[in-house]
Amino acid sequence: MKKLSYSIIALLGFAMVLTSCNPKGDNSANGALSSSAAEKVYVAPGEHDSHYAFISGGYSGNLTVYGLPSGRMFKEIPVFSQFPTNGYGYSEETKPMLETSYGFIPWDDSHHPDISQTKGELDGRWIFINGNNTPRIARVSLTTFETEEIIEVPNSAGNHSSSFITENTEYVVAGTRFSVPIPQKDMSIKDYKGNFKGALSFISVDPEHGHMDIKFQVLMPGFNYDLSHPGRGKSHGWFFFTTYNTEEANSLLEVNASQNDKDFIAAINWKKIEEYVNNGGGTMMPADYAHNVYDEGTHTATSTMKKEVRVVNPSEVPGAVYLLPTPKSPHGCDVDPSGEYIVGNGKLSANLTVHSFTKMIDAIENKKFDGDAYGIPILNFEDVLAGSVEQPGLGPLHTEFDGKGNAYTTFFISSEVVKWKLGTWEVIDRKPTYYSVGHLTIPGGNSAKPFGKYMFAMNKITKDRYLPTGPEMEHSAQLYDISGDKMELLLDFPTHGEPHYAAAIPAEIIKKNSKKIYKLAENEHPKKALSDADTKVVRDGKNVHIYMSMIRSHFSPDNIEGVKVGDKVFFHITNLEQDFDVPHGFAMIGANNAELLITPGQTRTLTWEPKKVGVWPFYCTDFCSALHQEMQGYIRVSPASSNLELSWSLGE
Amino acid sequence: MKKAGVLMMLGSLLLLGLYSFPLWNIMLGAPQYPEPLGMNIHITGIQGVSEFDIQNIDGLNHYIGMKTIPKPEEMWEFQTFPKVIGGMVALGFIIGFLGFIGRISYKWFLFWFIFMSVLGLLGMYDFNEWLLDYGSNLDPHAIIKVTNPDGTPMSYKPPLIGFKKLLNFDVTSLPHTGGYMMFVGMSMTIIAFFVGKKEWKAIH
Ligand SMILES: [Cu+2]
Repeated sequence: MKKLSYSIIALLGFAMVLTSCNPKGDNSANGALSSSAAEKVYVAPGEHDSHYAFISGGYSGNLTVYGLPSGRMFKEIPVFSQFPTNGYGYSEETKPMLETSYGFIPWDDSHHPDISQTKGELDGRWIFINGNNTPRIARVSLTTFETEEIIEVPNSAGNHSSSFITENTEYVVAGTRFSVPIPQKDMSIKDYKGNFKGALSFISVDPEHGHMDIKFQVLMPGFNYDLSHPGRGKSHGWFFFTTYNTEEANSLLEVNASQNDKDFIAAINWKKIEEYVNNGGGTMMPADYAHNVYDEGTHTATSTMKKEVRVVNPSEVPGAVYLLPTPKSPHGCDVDPSGEYIVGNGKLSANLTVHSFTKMIDAIENKKFDGDAYGIPILNFEDVLAGSVEQPGLGPLHTEFDGKGNAYTTFFISSEVVKWKLGTWEVIDRKPTYYSVGHLTIPGGNSAKPFGKYMFAMNKITKDRYLPTGPEMEHSAQLYDISGDKMELLLDFPTHGEPHYAAAIPAEIIKKNSKKIYKLAENEHPKKALSDADTKVVRDGKNVHIYMSMIRSHFSPDNIEGVKVGDKVFFHITNLEQDFDVPHGFAMIGANNAELLITPGQTRTLTWEPKKVGVWPFYCTDFCSALHQEMQGYIRVSPASSNLELSWSLGE
Repeated sequence: MKKAGVLMMLGSLLLLGLYSFPLWNIMLGAPQYPEPLGMNIHITGIQGVSEFDIQNIDGLNHYIGMKTIPKPEEMWEFQTFPKVIGGMVALGFIIGFLGFIGRISYKWFLFWFIFMSVLGLLGMYDFNEWLLDYGSNLDPHAIIKVTNPDGTPMSYKPPLIGFKKLLNFDVTSLPHTGGYMMFVGMSMTIIAFFVGKKEWKAIH
């Protein structure tokens, strides 16, 4: 007994030694330092943040909008997931946005947002984001902050090395994580090697409207294409993809795909392939993929099913694709603001590998190849290596740049961000993250002109950072001031879903463009009701169309009779307000979908299939005025056999 | 009377600003309206400061039973005022010109000023009458009825000039560019009178 208590004391002592040695760095939560950190993130009531941050929602399928440096969340923009909060994916107008070749898909896993660029700098017109699971790319307007377009990516599976854009938004690029049979067919999984292919899709973006179209897909060997980034400046015209599983294993990848000492970064000269394609090169192959476009005028999305896609085999375009050996299953593939350095974050490597674009071109010109893979030339590791950051940490994942010659790399296993210098490869600073950081973001970090004031790390594990909320909790981000030599941790803030990447931008570039209302005069919805005279109820067989308007604080009409059990009722509701921030909601008892949240000038449609005879209420869900509670109405539902004519009224 | 004539002509021409710029402006700010709603009163009609301000002011006012802001065709003033101003500009310019070439006495300048002032005062009176009607002639079925402590219905008449608190709104009423141009123009005509008097005496 005595022995036991001694050992307990000994253990306690040991634990105390451990805690006192715990290297918390200089980010202790006490003292003068933390008060200055507080000042740096304090945005006084009524003041605005200096930056927007668009943080992917991961398995929420959406995109969240935050302010920096406060870490306050402003909005969740529904992209790939139904959103009962405003009816996205439930209303008739927005349901087509979630159509795919597999039918209606109410969810996805959104990963990497990227803001449109002009001449390599953020222009703040649109933000693109990929749906990982059912491969799709979405374009979100940065004037309405709504999803305007979603294009499905055929021949792709696990749309992970996406959605990164070229320096003039010529293309948004989507690479496949999984290689698959192309075209899909019934075959043995064991025959993966040599038969599966990885499609890298170059989706053109119309410079005026942003409309997307798959220009071509490069059918690469059956590796896994993990992440990608565009060349810029001198390397503009090239695109770089990290690969893993160059072993082409089809099972137990955690072992079998970690055998090769080096995997590759694939360098794609897209300008060359574009030229080839413009001259009629490539093959049109049958494919099914949805293209969904939301029209701001009609407030309605349409979905079109496309039937073919142009594919290019790298062997058809000599000199367009090369492979750069890169140690140990590289994850992030990041290009510095000058376009010279390509960082391969070998997640199982002790060192961080940096390739040189100049050396790569030199090696290509001198044909210094070290064999090939399926006809694609492999360059010598030593010939393209710019340098390595020696032993910077464990498990490097992603790198961003501050525009001042420094790079910042996240290390998942050692849970830290390491700042190092481009060119000298020396480590300048390291700071812990809480805990297990994935991506990090510097505003404009994926552009020729980063705004190197803030950096935030998006962590995979939250543990004890906040008040506990049961087994499931939000992830956590950490904001650092990177304006000095040393990084300074300023703030923890929770994030929604699982943020993978984020894109951030100085507020002044986009905030002036943010729309306040939709003009009724520009509403082209075919079922709009712009005045009481337009309101009506029309029967078309079993379908009943109610043309309704809403304004503080009533619906017009608000008494409707003549609906029968077995009917399908369409509420086409127009918000007649033209005042900023006066949305109205609409909720119908027993509707099997969601509410509608209708912003000023907008028309939205909700369907309702009444199942029970009676008089059923509907009401406004958004507290719109002092008389909001009065904003309600009734629908009389008669038996299916009833002969009651339709009638409707307001104020009678 | 060269100088005085020029002053008189320029002064009356400044009134032309009323065709392009508002005579008066009323702004309504509230906690819910950090960017205040506003109306610009032109001699030809009332316009919103921002595109949908009139519609939004009407929308709010219907709660307390105020009438909608009149369209140009609903008030005779908006047809008459432009004609009156046009006439006064022409008259002032002719007087100034005749003074410039020495055909009439400087006293005509004062006559124009007094005439214009009387018209202006009548206009202000009329404007104030409209504000009074607008702010107190309320729909008896209004959704919100607010009474003064003595039980009489509260008036929402905006101030003719200056600041007033009306329920949750801070109302500011001040002359606008066209109005200021008119005041400067009229001041020039009275200066023309004194300068003309000097010049006249020097000649005669
Ligand atoms: Cu409402």
